Amino acid sequence: MSQPPVRPGRIRRAPEGFLTPEQIGEVAAGRRDFLRNAFVAATAVAAGTGVARAAEGDPAILTLPEHSTTLGRPVAERPYGTPSQYESGLKRRESPGLTRVAAASVSFAPLQGLFGIITPSGLHFERHHQGWHDIDPARHRLMVNGLVKEARVYTMDDLMRLPSVSRIHFIECGANTGMEWGNVAVPTVQYTHGMLSCSEFTGVPLSVLLDDCGIDMKRAKFVLAEGADGSSMTRTIPLDRALDDVLVAWGQNGEMLRPENGYPLRLVVPGIQGVSWVKWLRRIEVGDKPWAAKDEAIHYIDLLPDGTHRQYTSIQECKSVITTPSGGQTLLDRGFHNISGLAWSGRGKIKRVDVSTDGGRNWRTARLETPVLSKALTRFNIDWVWDGSPAILQSRAMDDTGYVQPNYAQLREVRGTRSIYHNNAIQSWKLAESGDVSNVQVY
Amino acid sequence: MSRFTELALAAALALSAGATLAAGKYEGIGRSATPAEVKAWDIDVRPDFTGLPPGSGSVDRGMEVWESKCASCHGTFGESNEVFTPIVGGTTKEDIEKGRVGAYIRGDAPQRTTLMKVATVSTLWDYIHRAMPWNAPKSLSADDTYAVLAYILNLGEIVPADYVLSDKNIAEVQKRMPNRNGMTTKHGLWDVKGKPDVKNVACMKNCKTQITLGSSLPDYARDAHGNLAEQNRVVGPVRGQKTGAAAAPAAKPHPALELMKKHGCSGCHGVGSKILGPAFRDVAQRYKDDKGAESGLAARIRNGGSGAWGDVPMPPQSQVSDADVSALVKWILSGSPEN
Repeated sequence: MSQPPVRPGRIRRAPEGFLTPEQIGEVAAGRRDFLRNAFVAATAVAAGTGVARAAEGDPAILTLPEHSTTLGRPVAERPYGTPSQYESGLKRRESPGLTRVAAASVSFAPLQGLFGIITPSGLHFERHHQGWHDIDPARHRLMVNGLVKEARVYTMDDLMRLPSVSRIHFIECGANTGMEWGNVAVPTVQYTHGMLSCSEFTGVPLSVLLDDCGIDMKRAKFVLAEGADGSSMTRTIPLDRALDDVLVAWGQNGEMLRPENGYPLRLVVPGIQGVSWVKWLRRIEVGDKPWAAKDEAIHYIDLLPDGTHRQYTSIQECKSVITTPSGGQTLLDRGFHNISGLAWSGRGKIKRVDVSTDGGRNWRTARLETPVLSKALTRFNIDWVWDGSPAILQSRAMDDTGYVQPNYAQLREVRGTRSIYHNNAIQSWKLAESGDVSNVQVY
Repeated sequence: MSRFTELALAAALALSAGATLAAGKYEGIGRSATPAEVKAWDIDVRPDFTGLPPGSGSVDRGMEVWESKCASCHGTFGESNEVFTPIVGGTTKEDIEKGRVGAYIRGDAPQRTTLMKVATVSTLWDYIHRAMPWNAPKSLSADDTYAVLAYILNLGEIVPADYVLSDKNIAEVQKRMPNRNGMTTKHGLWDVKGKPDVKNVACMKNCKTQITLGSSLPDYARDAHGNLAEQNRVVGPVRGQKTGAAAAPAAKPHPALELMKKHGCSGCHGVGSKILGPAFRDVAQRYKDDKGAESGLAARIRNGGSGAWGDVPMPPQSQVSDADVSALVKWILSGSPEN
């Protein structure tokens, strides 16, 4: 028997799980009537009332489900709400083999399943340098010292009495997408881009505290931020940035920071890589020279082709990625799809995002969904009808400085392939006839 | 800030403390830090050695501390790649002379060690002192910090085996750091007004003549991250692909859970939570020492009752078979296991 010609773009795997491999073959061969018969057979089993009734329609409609015929659960049964049991697959995950010590590791946010621009606090990516702690806020202190008129100490009570602001900003690890500098290494957007989150942070501008301590504006050039954890992680921040939009924050998405995100106090340094957003913040020192701390002199340095390292690389340049559809996913069928993704820039607002479905030959401009905020994630969407033929999906963001997100060739021409940090190249997802999406790099 | 300034400031603060209201601009908020407080927390050491406390330590003493507190993670010679990336290795005498690590320039470095990267010896002192050992940070004295650092520097052949490192000679050691001239801050990713180094243009039509797939995901990498089907939503425009080793089948739910649904118990009772009636686990807790509980509860289900758990009465459940009542009661009194 000769094989029927395979029509591209049909369901390869039955989403409801009631088709056998043989039946899937039939569907792939384009026999639509078969699908309907299979549906009828399955519904007959599910409803337990015979074929005749199931043929009248969908048992999800015809047979009232238990939730429509029984009493539901009471208020406050789960006083701190948790997601539906059906959402349990979308969680923070480690990338196997990336690190060897879980206390100095990374967990990635499941970007493949998130909507809009705000990352739920429980799904915010994690990066700890010496493990996390749940610190008693009543015993936490913030000290400001160095080139100030008066070194001062603040309790959480003090800080939370000050005039606060709430701002939405993205945070991205400098090493996000770092595994892909040389070649494709990981399967999904969770692992390629998941060291990225965006929250509404509430806190007091650092400038208010520096002013309160009487900063010596003649000599001050830099500030050092220091954490209260075992690593007491430190990072140097130039003064003009510290006085610009940096926050000392306790709030995240309407509640206090989560312990994994620095409860009760962290620095928010908009547009700058996550390592500078010091968690469990205990001290700010004002000085006249950079400190060359471990995470700015040994790590978070960018190796260039000529063998030098760039030190204090901090700004997260304009970048974007398509999150649906993305690597490791399978499209259910041909036809209409909403290509959706995220764009962001450490230098300002997203001005435009273009999307290509042919590997970068031709581009169409996507819709930017509101709000479009400076140094925040911006959601983009674009309509697309998939005709079932192979495609390569890409997004290319532009920020309000006019900077256009580069491709791999442009990035590597300047920075080589040996760096770990600040990979903001255009991401490519290959869509096969089967509907499978995979991670590729296009030259 | 210099030690002198710091002391002077501390003295000034001590004088002013208590004499006037806090100098802060927000009345009643914050207070002056005491000199002891600043000293306790201000432990940072800068590349110009500002903040470096006086002290010294020998390579020999460093080896003792290393073997008891450092070697288990970093290896006896700082070469271990088991837990963290290696500290020592990959530098040469020539590197020490030139201050540039040749392996980077030649491009033949299999891995980057700490001594290959770090340009400033102060960074090592600061970090060891503030964050090491891994499970007992800040427990090393200043002298032992000098000693451990001396041992590392000796392993890298930056100082000789009889060296005693101190605040007096550390500046000399800086002049021998193998990658001291290997760093640059001449780039646009630091300053607020920094300019980008990579340029793309937003071409829209016929931008490329040829599309080359330069790299794609090898199968082992696709399978190395577990089952992607379980990392995606069960509804929506896409599903995750089935990858990796098949997951263990989920434990079968206890048959009593099905009975509970079938007879409508779950309308009023949760396993672990009160709804209208009590949680089953609360019932088990109350009757855990009551030998007659089994027959008593069976009768309650059969005939109904009120008062034992509040005002809402439990209606009689005459439709439930004796076998099901018995199975449910046994299950409830055993703590309502889920499977």
